[in-house]
Amino acid sequence: MFKQIEGSRAVAETVALCRPQVICAYPITPQTHIVEALGEMVKSGELAGCEFVNVESEFGALSVAIGASAAGARSYTATASQGLLFMAEAVYNASGLGLPIVMTIGNRAIGAPINIWNDHSDSMSMRDAGWIQLFAETNQEAADLHIQAFRLAEELSCPVMVCMDGFILTHAYDRIDLATQEQVDGWLPPYEPQQVLDPADPVSIGAMVGPDAFAEVRYLAHHKQLRALERIPVLSREFFKTFGRNSGGLLRTYHTDGAETVVVALGSVNGTIQEAVDELRADGVSIGSISICSYRPFPLADVQAALADAKRVVVLEKSLAVGLGGMLATDVQMAIQSRQRRVYTVIAGLGGRAITKVSLMDLFRQARRDALESVTFLDLNWDAITRQLARETAVRRSGPIAENILKDLGELSSRIA
Amino acid sequence: MPFEQIKFYQTGTFTVGNRLLDISDRAVQSDTKRSNALNSGHRACRGCGEALGARYAVDAAMRAANKNLIAVNATGCLEVFSTPYPETSWQVAWMHSLFGNASAVAAGVAAAMKAKGRKEVRVIAQGGDGGTADIGMGCLSGMFERNDDVLYICYDNEAYMNTGVQRSGTTPAAARTATTPSVGPEPGNTFGQGKSLPLIAMAHHIPYVATASVANLHDLEYKVEKATVIHGARYIHVHVPCPLGWGSEPHDTIKVARAAVESGLFPLFEAEFGDVTAHTPIRRPQPVEDYLKLQKRFAHLFRPVRDEIRLAAIQSIADRNIQRFGLLEEVTR
Amino acid sequence: MQIRIHGRGGQGVVSAAEMLSIAAFLEGRYAQAFPSFGSERMGAPVMAFCRIDDHPIRSREPVMHPDALIIQDPTLLHQAGLFDGLDPSGFVLINSTRGLKELGIASALEHLPPGHACAMPATELAMRFVGRPLPNGTLLGGFAAMTGTLRLESVVAAIRSKFPGKVGESNVAAAEAAYELVAHRGALEEVHV
Repeated sequence: MFKQIEGSRAVAETVALCRPQVICAYPITPQTHIVEALGEMVKSGELAGCEFVNVESEFGALSVAIGASAAGARSYTATASQGLLFMAEAVYNASGLGLPIVMTIGNRAIGAPINIWNDHSDSMSMRDAGWIQLFAETNQEAADLHIQAFRLAEELSCPVMVCMDGFILTHAYDRIDLATQEQVDGWLPPYEPQQVLDPADPVSIGAMVGPDAFAEVRYLAHHKQLRALERIPVLSREFFKTFGRNSGGLLRTYHTDGAETVVVALGSVNGTIQEAVDELRADGVSIGSISICSYRPFPLADVQAALADAKRVVVLEKSLAVGLGGMLATDVQMAIQSRQRRVYTVIAGLGGRAITKVSLMDLFRQARRDALESVTFLDLNWDAITRQLARETAVRRSGPIAENILKDLGELSSRIA
Repeated sequence: MPFEQIKFYQTGTFTVGNRLLDISDRAVQSDTKRSNALNSGHRACRGCGEALGARYAVDAAMRAANKNLIAVNATGCLEVFSTPYPETSWQVAWMHSLFGNASAVAAGVAAAMKAKGRKEVRVIAQGGDGGTADIGMGCLSGMFERNDDVLYICYDNEAYMNTGVQRSGTTPAAARTATTPSVGPEPGNTFGQGKSLPLIAMAHHIPYVATASVANLHDLEYKVEKATVIHGARYIHVHVPCPLGWGSEPHDTIKVARAAVESGLFPLFEAEFGDVTAHTPIRRPQPVEDYLKLQKRFAHLFRPVRDEIRLAAIQSIADRNIQRFGLLEEVTR
Repeated sequence: MQIRIHGRGGQGVVSAAEMLSIAAFLEGRYAQAFPSFGSERMGAPVMAFCRIDDHPIRSREPVMHPDALIIQDPTLLHQAGLFDGLDPSGFVLINSTRGLKELGIASALEHLPPGHACAMPATELAMRFVGRPLPNGTLLGGFAAMTGTLRLESVVAAIRSKFPGKVGESNVAAAEAAYELVAHRGALEEVHV
């Protein structure tokens, strides 16, 4: 059923259709609208058979989900940025224990400096914690991925993060085709736990594992993600059969056949990239793009295949491996390590800086000329950088960096006429 | 627990399965049909107060819950010695998550039971003083504040014992620990620090708060059984000597615990919705010295010279408890 | 079509963009609406964007080249960059009781086609019909009349869906009045000279 609604609302309504039994929430921008909507649905009785727990911190949130999931309940929570870091210990605990929790990440930059806007640093910080990480390109996909996430998580006994760009998707109104309860019920069976706290059949969950068995337990977690690589495309196809939409899967290619230059990215920026690709192609440029949906497990084989014809790859990412370059870029390079390719890392959109079609077209043209450095920061204000560096050289107590730069940029309020 | 005057007693306390008691009053542990939830074979030190307390507490909870119990454990001594890889000594549905989140995980279990309509299942959370007072404080307060249907039992041995006896938020004044060594002008833990978990629990106005000690195991069982069938957030704080960390003799564990109670340093009381409703009077008052002398962690208060000032300060802590909880008064309830 | 709405926090700028997108949706079109957040406080300058298309909308960048600007607060008029990127044949609708010349922007907008720039007293209309100085719904009525992009019925339905009950109805009345005002603005002095 089509609705024009906020992305967060679409996610909330879809999660509700998945019949969660325990939802716990701690507020953090930009995920608040999701859990508020779910809380209202529980409170009004619209979402029945579900307990909504207002926790005292994100660490509390994931801990409650861990307990609920271990006790056999379908559990859900959402967070972003600082909140994800605050629950980091629990993130590893959940995947280590194999609990099929689904968590939405409203992608937001991590401070300092404190920043509420979108980038991927939060999800990236937990990329190797053993959770499956799926990135939504649109709000439609964000909603749909949650249905797939519950099924994938419960099949594999592995928690899943559904990542959607904060503000850009969470706070955008879009035309969304929402699933019906019948569709979801027919596609997502009730949760059958692999392990459960049951007084009638007691087990001990969470025991210590020594050197003699730890590596094996970790390998099994690794194996789970390798199995996920097979299951994700299958589930996406099955999803299409019931819901009639192409959502999920490992990755999507856009005009990559025979493309000399291929752009790789995660999330909503792919929409703008495709617009740029269309304009350049109309201008005779050989260019295509790949939108990766399953970031963890990283689809090495599929990425390698999709980049088979490319002469050069531009990895555009909203994340920075400080002192090194890119994170997504490193994974892409691992996928194509056996072949000679130029890989250009472009760090863009950090802290919510807009990525414009104009900038992208300029960037891609430069790439085509191989006129890019191996690591580029898109639309960086070099003037402000130079001034700050000079300031730091000139005097020891140069003051907080953020304040200096903001003053430089002249953040003044508008004049009142 | 209602105070009953018995004419004869053999060892100075209500011996387990004391045949002078009515069958219905006998300890859970004296029952051959007890659950043995914490089974033998665990790796606790000899004389471990926590192993003793946990065994009594969990079996009592199991009886009160008709075996419909799920236990969540924080990281700590109890978790480590009860699940020595690759074995477990638990015969109850049991989970260990992290150090600071036992209360939150238990809240999640309780929420799951509620969502599934499993009204008969009771949930307990267990943690040591470190996991409860310090790193677990945020989650604990949240659980209390929400009135989650969880009974939290804290086994307080007054330091981070499992990691080598480091000071915690419940370490008493002057106590020697690895991070409050008995050197310098102010040996041992600093005076004026520390928090009272029972009082913090009471400040949340939860349905039931109690303190208990392995000195009075019957009383511990009584309180756990009582708490298990109450709905909402409940908290029991159990004083458990640690021979290793306290430097006391393993065979003195109950004696040391009793000295803490009888000196007034560890008051036994119950509270409901923030108000004290009952207390156990001190039967034979002891000066704090009799308690402190049993433990090497307080040795520096006596040798090379007696530290009269600090001894007096500790006595005044005990005196304040006696006054505050009326420990030398007749029971009026 | 790309619309950029300027205002201050608390004036319903974001809701305005959302209602535009709902109106377009009701006409069977694709629409996207999203805010640009500055600091989250009442009174701070806020922008919201709306894209309307007959095909699915892929772009996620802010509206850099608006086909229409709605300015809910005239105190923003001298903010640098307010008219940046405006299409040469675009529309500008300003909430003000003063005319474009009086506002000092007539020259900045004289290159636009006739009838494409207009100032209307949306806050006053809102006060009259809604009883609160929230001009967003009102301005949408004026927008519909000025651009012809959306039908008045769609705007009205969008307002009702976002604000059910009395609030919605009073906003609908204000929007309808605004529509009439702008549709027949040849008779008024607050028009593009």
